[in-house]
Amino acid sequence: MNISVITFPGSNCDRDIITAVQDITGKPPSLIWHKDREIGSPDLVLVPGGFSFGDYLRCGAIASKSPAMDGVYSFALNGGMVMGICNGFQILIETGLLPGALIRNKGLKFVCRDTNLLVGNTSSSIMAQMAEGDEFIVPVAHNEGQYFADEETLNKIEGNGQIAFTYAPLNGEDDYNPNGSALDIAGITSENGRVLGMMPHPERMMSDIIGGSDGRALLNAVIEASQS
Amino acid sequence: MKVIVNITLKPGVLDPQGRAIENSLYSLGYQDVSGVSTGKQIVLDLDETDPARARQKSAKMCETLLVNTVIEDYEITVMDEEDA
Repeated sequence: MNISVITFPGSNCDRDIITAVQDITGKPPSLIWHKDREIGSPDLVLVPGGFSFGDYLRCGAIASKSPAMDGVYSFALNGGMVMGICNGFQILIETGLLPGALIRNKGLKFVCRDTNLLVGNTSSSIMAQMAEGDEFIVPVAHNEGQYFADEETLNKIEGNGQIAFTYAPLNGEDDYNPNGSALDIAGITSENGRVLGMMPHPERMMSDIIGGSDGRALLNAVIEASQS
Repeated sequence: MKVIVNITLKPGVLDPQGRAIENSLYSLGYQDVSGVSTGKQIVLDLDETDPARARQKSAKMCETLLVNTVIEDYEITVMDEEDA
């Protein structure tokens, strides 16, 4: 099993995802620096969260033009499996691998709290090891996480089954959507079903002693999917 | 040759910053203000003397990096030599 993690200047969740992968698979992932164009042919590429390049210009914009992302772009176009978390999701959107945009949270505040994620469509290969209706409690921590797309794009991704995760109430609360995302979207997949981007951080919910292990189950499902 | 790129949010894209500014202006007594929006300006100094080519090059930079055309519009102004 080969999993690669890309690190950019300003990434700050790369260590967490490396530890998470090691914990789940028993094998450390390969580390790729943003200047490396050659990413090889791993089973799964993970693009971690953080503040790549200081969020300058737009979140993820500068990182999306890095040599490593150039490699990831070609890798994904050839059917490679890629998962982006938080800033990683923003980077995948900026590279054009995923549709829409992630804009400033509706409430204008950085939001850092647990969210309840509802699994949407699982027809994509990267979501194949999860079941529609499954729920995961995983935290978000972001300022620009409001998923935005025009009506046409929203209809298209919904019709194609590209909505992987939505924010959902846990106990009937009204403020379950932390950022004002369209259609409560927390994560989407690419049209070919092999690229997943999500704002919440499963790598921060790896063990009950730090609040829960739902993130571990979620990551485990994605890693398993990359093996089939 | 100096080129100024003005980037604004497309109509329909929520501009929470613009709205916060508008609310603040409102509370300061400027109740006749509406439709406040924010944007950004990027200034480029291009090693180029032909305005048409400068515009063309800048437009390409906008499409590749400077602007996210899903949410943003842009306007390019090529400054005359005497203005610059």
